[in-house]
Amino acid sequence: MEDTTALKTLLFQLADDELIIGHRDAEWTGHGPILEADIAFSSMAQDELGHAQVYYGLLHDLGETEPDRLAFLRAAADFRCAHLVELPNGDWAFSSVRQFLYDAAETVRLAALAGSSFAPLAQAARKFAGEEKYHLLHGRTWMQQLGQAGGESRVRLQAALDQAYPYALGLFEPTDAEAALAARGLKPPEAELQGHWEALTRPVLAEAGLTPPKAAPVYGGRRGQHTPHLAALLADMQLVFRSDPEASW
Amino acid sequence: MFDAGQVLDALQAVKDPEIPALSIVELGLVARLEVDGDAVRVALTPTFAGCPAVAVMRAEAERQLRALGAAEVVVEITFDPPWDSDRISDEGRRKLKAFGLAPPWRHNGAADLLQLLVADCPYCGSGDTRLESAFGPTLCRAIYYCDTCRQSFEQFKPV
Repeated sequence: MEDTTALKTLLFQLADDELIIGHRDAEWTGHGPILEADIAFSSMAQDELGHAQVYYGLLHDLGETEPDRLAFLRAAADFRCAHLVELPNGDWAFSSVRQFLYDAAETVRLAALAGSSFAPLAQAARKFAGEEKYHLLHGRTWMQQLGQAGGESRVRLQAALDQAYPYALGLFEPTDAEAALAARGLKPPEAELQGHWEALTRPVLAEAGLTPPKAAPVYGGRRGQHTPHLAALLADMQLVFRSDPEASW
Repeated sequence: MFDAGQVLDALQAVKDPEIPALSIVELGLVARLEVDGDAVRVALTPTFAGCPAVAVMRAEAERQLRALGAAEVVVEITFDPPWDSDRISDEGRRKLKAFGLAPPWRHNGAADLLQLLVADCPYCGSGDTRLESAFGPTLCRAIYYCDTCRQSFEQFKPV
């Protein structure tokens, strides 16, 4: 196979985004405001961790180490997730907004990857897209409920959107692999994906009575530059595995 | 020497650990099956990528095929084709309902979300039901409430 650098760059971004947001979603387990909300975030977490495992599996097939070692033994600077997913859960409004913006991006990304020239990735993307529609339904429902409730609900939701939006734009940070990925038909350019994402999210935000802020994107995650939140998250998430990396579970 | 029928019979013994009435054959997990002399190769397509039961079912499938006497057994996981809920057989749907799980509607390739809002109660058969949550205790289940017999029930999600 030809040089796999660009493909691996893409796969690390996909895997790391899913692993980290899966961890954040799982932090709601036992803490959701109502039982159904608790179940929803737990279930979405399970989906995302499953997706991460598949992406790490593809990396392993391309010569990287085993999925567990990729997830639990790398340091923050080695991760290629966008800052959006590593931010703490905050209040219910922030988690709902962050999840909706992320799932909308994933929906757009999976639709594009379904046509990838790398067949295993295209097959995985087609599978995940079927699961992802339930995440988008959930996100859209909460945006509507919280937005249309007005009062404190709307105020918190708008504040959450103002905070999350620049980080959401960071999901589309272009990397050095951009040109190679497009040229080889592995993935369309990020600017194109961002355009689809804006078309998908704008009506939902408007329906909720929200205005996206005019903001510059927050970049760095795709180059291994992260907020302090990621190292703190990894210290938690990797603790058990690192205590005995050779143990079989 | 085995034929495909014998292999499928062996796989019929492999049940979904979360829905023990149902076999992986009835669930539509068997994507491909190849017999080459004493060697058997099976490809399973998971219902959901994050389903924790996949590893268990794969190990059990290997065990059943070795018990059949196959010298070489390979059970692999594939997304080609991706699983969708239309792959559940008619017998599978009957068993789901008997287990108390509303089967998913046949979507014929157009699995849109409006179908999620419709489920008949597996206990009393009423259509006067409502979706409580698109998520349930496992990845494959949604939670409903029946206004006729006043019970909660779960539906196998259309995917």
